[in-house]
Amino acid sequence: MKDPLIVVLLSTAVIAGTPLLFAALGEILSERAGVLNLGVEGMMLVGAVSGYIATVQSGNHWVGVIAALGAGGMMAAIHAFLSVTLRANQVVSGLALTIFGTGLSAFLGKGYIGRPVPDVFKPVEIPVLSRIPYAGKILFEHDSLVYLSFLLVIMIWIIVFKTRWGLNLRAVGENPAAADSMGIPVYLTRYLCVISGGMLAGLGGAYLSLAYAPTWVENMTSGRGWIAVALVIFAVWHPGKAIVGAYIFGGVDSLGFHIQAMGDKALFLKDVSPFFLQMLPYILTIIVLIIVTSETKKRRVGTPASLGLPYDREER
Amino acid sequence: MTTPLVKMVSITKRFPGVTANKDIYFELRPGEIHALLGENGAGKSTLMNILTGLYMPDEGDIYIRGTKVKFSSPRGAIESGIGMVHQHFRLVPTFSVAENVIMGSGDHGFFVNMKSVEEKLARFSGEYGINVMPGSKIWQLSVGEQQRVEIVKMLYRGTNIMILDEPTAVLTPQESRELFATLRRMADMGKGIIVISHKIQEVLDNADRITVLRDGRYVDTFSGKDTDSRKLTMAMVDRDISFGQNLADKPKGNFILRLKGLTVLGDRGQKALKSLSLNLCKGEILGIAGVAGNGQKELAEVIAGLREVAAGDIEVRGERFTGKSARAMIDAGISLIPEDRLGTGLVGPLNIMENSILKNYRSGEVASGWFINWKRVREYAHRLVDKFDVKTTGVDAPVRMLSGGNLQKLLLAREITNDPDVIVAVYPVRGLDVGAIEFVRNILLRQRDTGKGILLISEELEELFMLSDRVAVIHEGEIMGILDREDFDLERVGRLMAGEREEGAYERAANR
Repeated sequence: MKDPLIVVLLSTAVIAGTPLLFAALGEILSERAGVLNLGVEGMMLVGAVSGYIATVQSGNHWVGVIAALGAGGMMAAIHAFLSVTLRANQVVSGLALTIFGTGLSAFLGKGYIGRPVPDVFKPVEIPVLSRIPYAGKILFEHDSLVYLSFLLVIMIWIIVFKTRWGLNLRAVGENPAAADSMGIPVYLTRYLCVISGGMLAGLGGAYLSLAYAPTWVENMTSGRGWIAVALVIFAVWHPGKAIVGAYIFGGVDSLGFHIQAMGDKALFLKDVSPFFLQMLPYILTIIVLIIVTSETKKRRVGTPASLGLPYDREER
Repeated sequence: MTTPLVKMVSITKRFPGVTANKDIYFELRPGEIHALLGENGAGKSTLMNILTGLYMPDEGDIYIRGTKVKFSSPRGAIESGIGMVHQHFRLVPTFSVAENVIMGSGDHGFFVNMKSVEEKLARFSGEYGINVMPGSKIWQLSVGEQQRVEIVKMLYRGTNIMILDEPTAVLTPQESRELFATLRRMADMGKGIIVISHKIQEVLDNADRITVLRDGRYVDTFSGKDTDSRKLTMAMVDRDISFGQNLADKPKGNFILRLKGLTVLGDRGQKALKSLSLNLCKGEILGIAGVAGNGQKELAEVIAGLREVAAGDIEVRGERFTGKSARAMIDAGISLIPEDRLGTGLVGPLNIMENSILKNYRSGEVASGWFINWKRVREYAHRLVDKFDVKTTGVDAPVRMLSGGNLQKLLLAREITNDPDVIVAVYPVRGLDVGAIEFVRNILLRQRDTGKGILLISEELEELFMLSDRVAVIHEGEIMGILDREDFDLERVGRLMAGEREEGAYERAANR
């Protein structure tokens, strides 16, 4: 039986949204602790290429995942050192890392372009759940990394809002001086959040090169890291809203592909330039940012109050 | 004798360019309220930041309950039962009261059940007779309530040694009384309370013992019962305070500034000034009395060209200046000493040199054409700093590092060196210590004597009566009456401030 179009659309939205989701979850952790990480794009690229290389070399995609986590984490550690310890401007440091990551990934991946991935992540149907009409097909017939992302959303949501750790890390992002005076280790918290955020960005990159594409192409994230940064604002720093946002962006992202595949059945849409369709996610990003920021400004919610501000204990 | 809770011996702390604490001795006993008294910049905050582990002392020892300790971070101090309520509260505005109290502590499990924490907290604060609502968000609370949260937070952490930094600066008189009643209860339960203050009367009324610091050094420790305000003042400033005498009326010059039927809108579009008329003469101080928020801010801003005129006219030396820009007003010789020194008056991150030429960067003294001659600026800034005795590490220091009194001195230095004809001073001594207040007031009087017209906006009637030649009372954007020096009377001004208009007084004084 052929699936209804909407189910196919939503199912691919989940897949296309997953790399965004990983990166956005990482950025939420980092920003909740008060560190803006604009190096996501670079960290995703480095994650993508190292995950790819490690899988090609070892023949096991889980080795690739671990390599991607490590590579993203190491990039983020540089960002943490610059912005937390040296109190460098977080925007500049993040931009520098994106540029660095773009170059580094292209350099590392030179000899690998076009080589097949020996061990691609393949869809695994979850028993029982995948039999649910529509929803089963949309959510539970994917590869294991998608399921991992579901778990991460729940875990991060619980950690940030329901535990002692979360309370402390939010306090660090809101008012580090207050947190410090209560004995919360501000620098350690920020380091941990930035590094785990970078690891998740690396994982998002690896999802592209090991499951979504699956291959290595130079600059293959094509701006997804930036969309993830915007997504965090859209999600008002909340993992639950990040998953919804990620799938909306994922859906728009894969729309062009679907329309081309449908050929004449796409009616008037078939005449729309594919370049225009490829542009849609970025236009959506701008529109969403305009709407959401004006809304959150009005309601004074969301942004961690000390986001982007380095903390210095002896500063008066 | 019981062991002191805290003993600090020979504490020395140096910052680049200044010694903030030099050989300081301090002792706190259980059950006492101990005031730490000194002018701004005397080293009170530094000493307490050392006690709370925020700063490491360069020399000296700290003993807590007789045991020598060395704090490398606030955590160590917290574990020793030391807690500090800072002047700027260390609270997360978007968190609830309960969340603020428990953050960073480990005694409520990994998964936090806010409901039970809130109940526990309500019971806990009740034991100390402090009323807080554990579920409310901090940003919804008044300043006094936020301070109570800070205190509860400390108590909840098992604080036995509580430090409060200028706790009454932000409170109403009623709230202050309530605060000290709470502190007394806590002291009676055996805790030690340190109150940092520069208000002599408040300290005399509430403290058991008083330690005075001056210029980063230890002066003496007094018993609250056996001392008086004169002794404390002497210890604090080491000189007799004398405010310049405001003697008989000088011959009045001509009108230098005239406001004619001025109507001005406030920030929310309301009429902040309603057809207000006022004349300022050469060589006089015209005081503006009134409850804050009755149009004083708008009055100062409209004269300085920072706010639009909705109706009416402004005349400077008989020339119409209505609707002119701030720069035109500066060029016309109008100078503003604004209420917020670090917002409107000076630029915090910029250094003293840059701040000193903010208004005359175009003048030939420091500029040649489009370019600024920094060598001349440096000399200029040095002159200001020397002449007005601004305490600083150098003219390259960012001004936000200066204390309140030194900020105001620098601001006055810049304004007065430009030789204005009119000075509008808005709450010029607010938040300053005794020494700086004396300095600022004397400057205003000297300027008056050299023939400037000064508009002094203040909330302290005593100050207005001491300095002003005339006092105008403002109420809801209108002048209720203007009194000459010989008519100054607290009762009368009080009635005018409450909005009772005096027939005839207005016309008589305004048209003099």
